[in-house]
Amino acid sequence: MPREIDLTAVKPYADHRGDGLVQLSFTLPVPYSLAARKAALELAGKMGFDEPEVVHYEQLTEGYTYFVMYGACAHTVDFTALEGEGFNIEYMTEDEIESFAAEHVGRKIVVVGASTGSDTHSVGIDAMLNLKGYHGHHGLEGYRSFETYNLGSQVPNSVLLAKAIEVDADAILVSQTVTQQNLHVQNLTELVEMVEAEGRRREMILACGGPRVSGELAKELGYDAGFSKGTYPHHLATFIVRELAARVASTT
Amino acid sequence: MSTSTPGAHSKLDLDPGVIAACRQAAKQIADQVSERIAGHTTVSVERGVTRLLGVDGADALEAPLPNVLVDHVHDRGGLGRGIAYWVGNAMIQTGRTPQQIAEAVSAGELDLCGLELAAEEAIRERVTEECGTRLREISGRFEERRAMRERLGDAPAPLRYVLTATGDVYEDVVHAKAVAEAGGDIVAVIRSTAQSLLDYVPYGPTTEGYGGTFATQANFRIMREAMDEWSEQHGRYVRLSSFCSGLCMSEIAVMGAWEGFDNMVNDALYGILYRDINIVRGLIDQRISRMINGYFGVVINTGEDNYLRTADALEAAPSVTASQFINHQLARASGVPDAQIALGDAFEIDIPVTNGLLYEWAQAQLTRELFPDCPVKYMPPTRHMDGNLFRTHAADTLFNLVTIATGQGVQTIGVPTEGIFTPHIHDRVLGLQNVDYVFNAARDLGEEVEFKPGGIIQTHAQRVLAGAQELLERIAQTGLLQAIEGATFGDVSRRVDDGRGIEGIVTTEDGYFNPVVELMHEASYA
Repeated sequence: MPREIDLTAVKPYADHRGDGLVQLSFTLPVPYSLAARKAALELAGKMGFDEPEVVHYEQLTEGYTYFVMYGACAHTVDFTALEGEGFNIEYMTEDEIESFAAEHVGRKIVVVGASTGSDTHSVGIDAMLNLKGYHGHHGLEGYRSFETYNLGSQVPNSVLLAKAIEVDADAILVSQTVTQQNLHVQNLTELVEMVEAEGRRREMILACGGPRVSGELAKELGYDAGFSKGTYPHHLATFIVRELAARVASTT
Repeated sequence: MSTSTPGAHSKLDLDPGVIAACRQAAKQIADQVSERIAGHTTVSVERGVTRLLGVDGADALEAPLPNVLVDHVHDRGGLGRGIAYWVGNAMIQTGRTPQQIAEAVSAGELDLCGLELAAEEAIRERVTEECGTRLREISGRFEERRAMRERLGDAPAPLRYVLTATGDVYEDVVHAKAVAEAGGDIVAVIRSTAQSLLDYVPYGPTTEGYGGTFATQANFRIMREAMDEWSEQHGRYVRLSSFCSGLCMSEIAVMGAWEGFDNMVNDALYGILYRDINIVRGLIDQRISRMINGYFGVVINTGEDNYLRTADALEAAPSVTASQFINHQLARASGVPDAQIALGDAFEIDIPVTNGLLYEWAQAQLTRELFPDCPVKYMPPTRHMDGNLFRTHAADTLFNLVTIATGQGVQTIGVPTEGIFTPHIHDRVLGLQNVDYVFNAARDLGEEVEFKPGGIIQTHAQRVLAGAQELLERIAQTGLLQAIEGATFGDVSRRVDDGRGIEGIVTTEDGYFNPVVELMHEASYA
């Protein structure tokens, strides 16, 4: 009889319950040596790993050493406290979205999107907005209930916002695919500030997406939602129609 | 650079008649382009001339002197005669060097268009002589570099091409050394993403950039010195590459030549499609830029791989092949020999496609057989890499297998963290280790393998080639410019009368001359 997992004290699972094993890899700017290995072990201890082990380490170039390590995480989280905070969204299918939008919004939903700032990658915004979509899922352009504008990549926030105002957009989508350091955070923050400065924050849904974006980061930066890897257009569409329907309902 | 022999016969059983028809149509398309751009120059082509005349530096407002000089003449309506005419005249009238002339113009002490005019023949002679001296000087440096490369030894193809992009040239040096240590053959510093849209080349060393590091002559020099030092210490030559793309194609070609860069990405179509640079501007700049690369023995890389990032890899395959034919002819029209034309190709078929590896193999082999004397630059999977770095690493392994089995000339290595951020220092090393493992384990695989007649691989390659023929013949009817407007490449449409940099196109007048073009043209037909 398997024992129940204690969801109030969850830790990583690798081989058996409670082992807490985590795989990590990083580079230290120190010469390849036994002292380097020691430094990595000590650092992993400070990160909160019990019994850290270096399973591989090598010199990258003079003065830089790369490590692959395992360690047992000493910490736990209370999963029960996190359930029911709106993380478990049930997504609608394309057909369900269409009929939900017809019933609760009753007009075309206008969406403007772009990959902003210095990011040259349009792959994310294209997957969400263009007819072709991603992995067989239509982008919003293919939905009857949506009217979409994809401005492409390297779009300044000011241009994106100006377009959104021009077409009276219900939602602005920002994609940040490959950015350096934490440039995506600055970029995303700037847009929120601009939308607020224009006094449009309440009437527009702001959503962002990208491999380094999460729902939590998005909320922290003042967005209504954030989408990471693995998002399909109908996930995004579900969020937009529900959010818009709620706003329509609250104003009528 | 040596590439592996594609074999005397076609493994893909390609129809030589279809290949000939493709070449014929591509030649026609390239000729139409030559006709369309004849009688024009651009501000950046003219700035390239000033750089070859030795003009360098920037004014107090950080405006580069080549811009100051060219804008000065352009504002006075004189650029239709070519910058060389005005500089040559000023050299005669003032006895100063081009650099001193640029400094005097910048200081507001000299009006090039207000000087007394010497006889045209005398001007041509004076400025052509100056230009010839510079060209000989750069050629001499290239000869030394060639000797160094031969002495230290060039790796066998496929050359491993690795990108770095920290934004800080001094950090780039650290990353480049790690790349060299792990066996990388070519280091390319990605440019700051905004740079392609600047109609000038920034001056001096830079330590801040977005998504890359600014290409400046000082940054080129810092990288070159560091890599030369590493090469000498370790007895293996490491090549450097940058990007002749954006609005300053020919200027960067000159800067790269000056600093001894070995390779250059050189494809106007990339800027036209993905940076909205005007088509005509891009094609004029490309013509001269490729001529400069070709003259100094620099290998150019074209960018067909990019179309597959925005269009479906299987559907768009014929457009890639068609573009290779066109780019090949356009490069030849600039005087670049086949051995220096690394046409682009990529491994971008989506992972769930059954037999995707076979289609990739067919496409990669097709490129090699169509252009046996061109090195080809083969790009890793990027579009469908989803952040699961372990899956990406596995996909890169298959990419490496196809690379070695089809004998590509240059391979951009794949890194596990593709699609997440610009690679960390160890990501590149992991990518290179994967490459080494596969290249070594399957070194002679290509020589051992024949394809089943009428099988999946042969059939796919033949179908792609037939599609390319149809496309090329259609483009030959309408012209390349209209094909671009019709979203033939990468599903992106651009109009001929629109786009960035259009205001920098200048119609040449009677008496226009460009000593760089004349000297290089002479050399390539000598």
